[in-house]
Amino acid sequence: MGKTLYEKVWDAHNVGTLSDGRTQLFIGTHLIHEVTSPQAFGMLRDKGIKVKYPHRTFATVDHIVPTDDQSSPLKDPLAEAMLQEIRKNADEFGITYFDLASGKQGVVHIVGPEQGITQPGMTIACGDSHTATHGAFGAIAFGIGTTQVRDLLATQTMAMAKLKVRKIKVDGELRPGVYAKDVSLHIIRLLGAKGGIGYAYEYCGSTFENFSMEERMTVCNMAIEGGARCGYVNPDETTFEYLKGRPYSPSEDQWDEAVAKWKAFASDADATYDDVVEIDASEIEPTVTWGISPDQGIGIGESIPDPANATSDAEKASFQDALDYMKLPAGAAIKGTKIDVAFLGSCTNGRLSDFREAAKYLKGHKVADGIKAIAVPGSQITAIQCQQEGIDKIFEEAGFEWRAAGCSMCLAMNPDKLIGDQVCASSSNRNFKGRQGSSIGRTVLMSPVMVAAAAVKGELADAREVFGVA
Amino acid sequence: MSAITTVTGSAVPVLGNDIDTDRIIPAKFMKCVTFDELAPGMFYDVKVNPETGEKTDHPLNDPKHANASIILSGENFGCGSSREHAPQSIYRSGFRAIIAESFAEIFFGNSTTLGMPCVCASREDIAALTAFVEQNPDEQINIDLENLKATYGEVTIELTMPASAQAALTSGKFDPLSELMANNAAIEAVAEALPYV
Repeated sequence: MGKTLYEKVWDAHNVGTLSDGRTQLFIGTHLIHEVTSPQAFGMLRDKGIKVKYPHRTFATVDHIVPTDDQSSPLKDPLAEAMLQEIRKNADEFGITYFDLASGKQGVVHIVGPEQGITQPGMTIACGDSHTATHGAFGAIAFGIGTTQVRDLLATQTMAMAKLKVRKIKVDGELRPGVYAKDVSLHIIRLLGAKGGIGYAYEYCGSTFENFSMEERMTVCNMAIEGGARCGYVNPDETTFEYLKGRPYSPSEDQWDEAVAKWKAFASDADATYDDVVEIDASEIEPTVTWGISPDQGIGIGESIPDPANATSDAEKASFQDALDYMKLPAGAAIKGTKIDVAFLGSCTNGRLSDFREAAKYLKGHKVADGIKAIAVPGSQITAIQCQQEGIDKIFEEAGFEWRAAGCSMCLAMNPDKLIGDQVCASSSNRNFKGRQGSSIGRTVLMSPVMVAAAAVKGELADAREVFGVA
Repeated sequence: MSAITTVTGSAVPVLGNDIDTDRIIPAKFMKCVTFDELAPGMFYDVKVNPETGEKTDHPLNDPKHANASIILSGENFGCGSSREHAPQSIYRSGFRAIIAESFAEIFFGNSTTLGMPCVCASREDIAALTAFVEQNPDEQINIDLENLKATYGEVTIELTMPASAQAALTSGKFDPLSELMANNAAIEAVAEALPYV
């Protein structure tokens, strides 16, 4: 009987069984950032433990970085202290660190792939739930807590229970104006925010086969929003093509051998799955969220759900809670909802192709009066790529602020925050209460092109109508 | 580490589904390099009215639940961000267990490693327990991790928890570091055999 990629990667990294029955799993690549790692280094120091394999950990700074004024020292002393701490830890323990001055800094999930650190068949962990992003390369990648960051620094291993595998097969062509983000939001809407608990998601089917690496990353990134700790796509020629020539990719003389090994990790045709879900790509609409959980999504042409139509008391209560928080009327069209802020960036949609696609339509348009619109490249390299193509200028001419790389308004640990109950059209990944920095701020998740359309109209809009996408 | 076989205490309902880790500990409280000062940030944005700065009527502000050491909640508790700051803030606020319908995985693992059991109960049982707690806020609830049962008043309810977490807590091995380190030879053997550099 064949095996899934998940099982093959698991087996290749299985150190043994712990006394509680969990597996001691070796983690090939450990990524760290400034928010969830300093406490782990503190624990190591307390116990006098060294980092076992310093070359297997890579660090960058992303969450607390201001995207406007990055002059040193940072204005926020708490942010500056965190920046100093990760520098000190990387230096003391001999860890490669992509600092602000490196030209390679950025959101950790953008930096890893960009550098060729993320490769098929690897186990990858990071103290960040969006680590599943790296699954796009056929890696088993997942978020961990800080105590596990400590475990990885000390042993390069962690305790983990094996997950089940759900195959999510999406076939067919997406309609014009429908993007990877919509696929992601659609899957989460379909299976629920907790639908993936206990599962790894294998994304497959012709839609994924035709996706670029960046599109695959967008979907894998949000596996956790559907409850799945990791999501992956089997490695193929698109994967290998992306990796070729990157700084940490195998060199030319090792290339063929590396590719052969990578290919062997792909799920076997006769692999069995714990569950299979099939989706027709042509049914997916440009999707926006209306509530406070990423599974509260609807097509842009649909109406805001009415709690009266909920299928259970619990659902009714959660609909009502969401509508009260979002201050949206049940049953009304979502299209036309006024926005205050447009945010394009994040580890979900802060890559070159995201800005390129939005710029294609934004050119010649202007951001509506009174709308604050910011575009935040996910990495310094993405920023340079955008500049080389003149994308930054298109955004600026349209009225967007073009910022420096960082997590920015995805989670508001830096100066980019919503104010009061502002509504934000956002290409990020979470619409939780207070997520974007104001405890009453309101987030509407959508694709980058939909963010551009909302910015231009000053309200939630169908990008296909605004830009004549066909 | 000592074994955790029971948790006894009064409870506070923090009801609703999908209570995410941003709500448990808003990002603004995470600008820190230790976990030491996290307790005041726990559920801050739902405990404090952003406009008036006054305490809300959230159960966590209710004096009758001031001594609670067990949280009751709904489905998918702790979803979202992997931040260990979330269970750390709960633990450092004096809580020692959570009973919910279900838990998000990363939060569950972080809590277990901390020695704060997360046990699941049915929606009906949690509703009944909540009603009991509302009427009897000082009554003790006993969580028996070895037999996976919770007892309050005259009532005993069934709990569930993955066997590995139950074993880790009841054996006192919920922090796995020493066991991980003890297997150094096996770690190095796997590292040697990796099919990549």
